[in-house]
Amino acid sequence: MSFISVENLTFHYNSEDDLLVNDVLKHLELSIKQGEFVAVLGHNGCGKSTLAKHFNAILLPTGGKVIVDGISTLDENRTFDIRSTVGLVLQNPDNQLVASIVEEDVAFGPENLGFPPEEIRARVEYALNAVDMLEYRSFAPHKLSGGQKQRIAIAGIIAMKPKCIVLDEPTAMLDPRGRAEVMSTIEKLNKENGITVILITHYMEEAVRADRVIVMESGSVLTDGTPQEVFAKVELLKKHSLDVPQATELCYLLSKKGVIDTDSLPLNEDECVKILMGVLS
Amino acid sequence: MRDITFGQYIPSDSVIHRLDPRVKLVLLFAYIISTFCTFNFYALSVPLVFAVLCIFLSKIPFRQYMKSMKAVFAVILITSVLNLFYGHGEVIFEWVFIKITRSALNNSAFIVVRILCLIISSAVLTFTTTPTDLTDAIERLMKPLKVFHINVHSIAMMMTIALRFVPTLLEETDKIMMAQKARGADLESGGVLQRVKALIPILIPLFVSAIQRAMDLAMAMECRCYNGGKGRTRMKVLSIHSRDIMGIVVFIFSLTLLIIFDIFIAHTVR
Repeated sequence: MSFISVENLTFHYNSEDDLLVNDVLKHLELSIKQGEFVAVLGHNGCGKSTLAKHFNAILLPTGGKVIVDGISTLDENRTFDIRSTVGLVLQNPDNQLVASIVEEDVAFGPENLGFPPEEIRARVEYALNAVDMLEYRSFAPHKLSGGQKQRIAIAGIIAMKPKCIVLDEPTAMLDPRGRAEVMSTIEKLNKENGITVILITHYMEEAVRADRVIVMESGSVLTDGTPQEVFAKVELLKKHSLDVPQATELCYLLSKKGVIDTDSLPLNEDECVKILMGVLS
Repeated sequence: MRDITFGQYIPSDSVIHRLDPRVKLVLLFAYIISTFCTFNFYALSVPLVFAVLCIFLSKIPFRQYMKSMKAVFAVILITSVLNLFYGHGEVIFEWVFIKITRSALNNSAFIVVRILCLIISSAVLTFTTTPTDLTDAIERLMKPLKVFHINVHSIAMMMTIALRFVPTLLEETDKIMMAQKARGADLESGGVLQRVKALIPILIPLFVSAIQRAMDLAMAMECRCYNGGKGRTRMKVLSIHSRDIMGIVVFIFSLTLLIIFDIFIAHTVR
């Protein structure tokens, strides 16, 4: 059974003018298994952020349903069960931190869930450890770098011990170093702590690190598969003016010219180098 | 703009840091009131010594206190100078129309010391107490107000968030100012009216971004199961320790001393 299943999901934002109602998500079908690392790619306005907000009942479907761990997001009595099962991390780390001290901020989630103080402390320690930020527990958030702040925001979610975290372009506002920090944190949470990760991004380099890539286009799924499968469809992606990783594109163009003969396109520089070296030698 | 030290927590491991924030808050109020109930220099020396003791115990470098005093230096100067001219009795200095009397000099000196005590004591509180602890203390001290249907939790939450966003919005203001300067905005020249007008292109983007942030934050809080404080527990549990009792005892002792001085020694100010 799938952990999250999206069934025929349709959604539009409320509008004053009924004629202008525009479906952001159109009959979306999706299912995500426990422990998966899924990347969601797509243009601005393709509905990927809107989809992210459906996973933890911030937005509710106007049609169809989203079922998380056996609970429908439409079930208002269990909204908080869903939100503690699926945590959502947003783009701007500055706007997600509530308290002026790191550990108090991380404690915010468990405090809202009403755990006893000792349990909250244990969870804060666990969460800060998971993102390698334990030594910063008594720092003020504004003294940290962007990457560190985003890791604290992730810790704030992890402290609720969710089974899944959804990250909505968590690296979009970070410098390359912060981006690398956050990506390795996300990978660690997925591999070591067994947390299902849904990463919404527009960086191809991040998407190739996932187990599965979903490409969205104007409110529905364009293609879905392993990074190898998805990025092999260079023409389809290009047609919807989406990028593929540079290494993939290079080898794709070379193979089209008949320079190299490869059945699987590379996803990163190392694989690309290997292929090119093979041709050159 | 980043120099504002007032209201900034400075981490350190001192007795004052570890005092219960509720105790600190109540003592601060009592202290401020008592400082204004001193009528001779003996009595006034008590809060001054108490303030110095707090500076010493807080293990925070003195220059931090100097910084917070610098911010109100103008206020101190103006009030003390103004007070010099209001007095009666023995004249000790006279020049053209300026008459300075002994009582005015005393008054002026009193004002300066009282303001200094006020600043130091509030700085001790804000330097040694995290904003969250402070709002926590306020929340707990205001709990009885629930009888009047005042939502104490919401007020405390608003204060926590306001304090959290002070540095963020200051940084933002800096950025906007630079951006507007880069586009040729003139913020420094012109009369008062012109300068106030020049602030409009800074305030509007600041407000827009603050509202945007507020919406983001509200969503982030919802993601973390916030529901207005219903069934919410706290990680830090406030409890009164022996050091808090000690603090209260020391304060009551100095208060008694102050009252004794006030009663038994002739008043130098009204």
